[in-house]
Amino acid sequence: MMWLDTIVQGILLGGLYALFAAGLSLVFGIMRLVNLAHGDLIVLAAFLILVLVTALGLNPFVAALVAIPVMFALGFALQYLVLNRTLGPDILPPLLVTFGLSIVIQNALLERFSADSRRVSAGALETASLQLGPINIGTMPLLTFLSAIAVIVGLNLIFYRTSLGRAFRATSDDRVTAGLMGIRPDRIFAIATGLAMVVVTIAALYLGTRANFDPTIGPARLVYAFEAVIIGGLGSFWGTLAGGIIIGVAQTAGASINPEWQILAGHIAFLLVLLARPRGLFPRAVD
Amino acid sequence: MAVEALQSFRVETRTRLSSAFLVVAIAVLAIGFAAPLFSSRVVIQDLFFILTMLVLAQCWNLLAGFAGLVSVGQQAFVGFGAYTMFAAVILLGLDPLVGIVLAGLLAALLTVPTGFFVFRLQGAYFAIGTWVIAEVARLSFAQWKALGGGTGTSLPSGATRDMFGVRWIADLFGWRASQATDVLCYWLALALAAATILFIHRLLRSRQGLGLAAVRDNQEAARAVGVDPRWMKSTVYLLAGLVSGVTGALIYVQKARISPDAAFSVTDWTAYVIFIVVIGGIGTIEGPIVGVIVFFVLRNVLADYGSWYLLILGLIGILVMLVAPRGLWGLFTDRTGIQLFPVRRMLTGASTTKTITGGTHG
Repeated sequence: MMWLDTIVQGILLGGLYALFAAGLSLVFGIMRLVNLAHGDLIVLAAFLILVLVTALGLNPFVAALVAIPVMFALGFALQYLVLNRTLGPDILPPLLVTFGLSIVIQNALLERFSADSRRVSAGALETASLQLGPINIGTMPLLTFLSAIAVIVGLNLIFYRTSLGRAFRATSDDRVTAGLMGIRPDRIFAIATGLAMVVVTIAALYLGTRANFDPTIGPARLVYAFEAVIIGGLGSFWGTLAGGIIIGVAQTAGASINPEWQILAGHIAFLLVLLARPRGLFPRAVD
Repeated sequence: MAVEALQSFRVETRTRLSSAFLVVAIAVLAIGFAAPLFSSRVVIQDLFFILTMLVLAQCWNLLAGFAGLVSVGQQAFVGFGAYTMFAAVILLGLDPLVGIVLAGLLAALLTVPTGFFVFRLQGAYFAIGTWVIAEVARLSFAQWKALGGGTGTSLPSGATRDMFGVRWIADLFGWRASQATDVLCYWLALALAAATILFIHRLLRSRQGLGLAAVRDNQEAARAVGVDPRWMKSTVYLLAGLVSGVTGALIYVQKARISPDAAFSVTDWTAYVIFIVVIGGIGTIEGPIVGVIVFFVLRNVLADYGSWYLLILGLIGILVMLVAPRGLWGLFTDRTGIQLFPVRRMLTGASTTKTITGGTHG
């Protein structure tokens, strides 16, 4: 039953990667913006939660609730004041500005919090688990996976059931025409990035409570997230979840053979999918 | 009449200033080669660092600025080249200089399989693809136990001292072997930088360079006039990989100690390089030269402030990209019209002094 356990743990890990990736997928889907600072923003949110937990003695979940509006405002301001200026037919400015932002966030965190490994304590939840037949499932991984599904259902509802979602889709399809219909693309983009930061905060909650983190781990999370988005196919949130699960299962399977192969196995799975389906498994938008 | 008038026009890229600058460039090169005779070892090591970063910056600029290929994974070739050289020296007992040549050849070969993957990805996805490839390379080399695995290894103690030419330089100038090694590495770096700049300049002035600019500016239009974008981009990708591999090997001959995390470092071989190009001016040959000088000055001024250094570098990079996307050299050339390595094509007529200029890159 070892292999079944490996696959289940991999699927649950995939939930975490899908959480990392959902915000990226959202931003890329709406404005074709590749945010290379996404991983560092997750780490930033994790430090924000850590500060709230240690300074105010809050429960991590409550701390995340407090952090969500802060991160939304940060995302809104970042997009409105900085990133909107970089959008255009040339892909270079957004890539380079967000790359610079990634370096700035990493080093600001290093300066403030040092390179020490941190962890947000979730109390008894950390070690709690459920026995399902022959398999032992950790409560935190399960919670992560359920949160990922909730986030994706939520994003799909916003996208396809609300007027905000209609504005998102309209701006994504044709920015100029959407502008003629009374939509202000600047604000729509800012709201989208704000929303992505809400997802980032949820991802940060699980990043911080499940494993150690330090200011430099952002880029690696970014790479996993991107692999999930690319595997899933542009513009599909469920595809992103599938992509996360593929990376997660490949990593746990690799680790079960040799612990040193965990990360490598994830990357190789990504390259193999790329070989077979260059546009991802569930491509929706034509780009 | 009309035909005669046409024949009296010529397409040129050279300007009077650039011809004069050629003399200056040759003089700078000559002084550069003579520098070890009157400079301390520390200065030579600094110059070596500047020159190798300049070569990497020119490679990245060729990729991103001229071919529109934004890579964040050039460290794959730097590290691969460095490891190839180490393998040649430690496992095959070859001379490090032979290792450098091998590094270039194998890095060029490596671009074939990696290119096969990353060229399936467009634009921003390409950037991520190159990053994943570099990570795969780093993790794979960490598995190579004969070269120290994850902790890395050092060159055998005599390897660089017995390198071809070191004894000769040491005897000729009366230096110790370690100093002669540094000087040899420096000369190689200087030659590599000069050759890279000369090559890129000639490439951009050639027919292929015109095709490259056409592909970058409008891929569909370029195809319509018979330029094959895939071929152009693959060639540039291969060349950048080759030169990065050679540079990586050269850097690690001088360092003599390698580890996967250092050799495949995204900060050292890509982040710094990107900031050099962006601050100096992307899409020009002069830009990386200006950028590397600014980078070196900032590094020395901020050396004592740890992470503040990268933080400030990042902020400057963002600011330049937002305010002056063509960098410091772009600002300078907008004001003065001066180009030291002109690649812009100008129409000059024998009968009239009026010149018709094309776009920025001709």
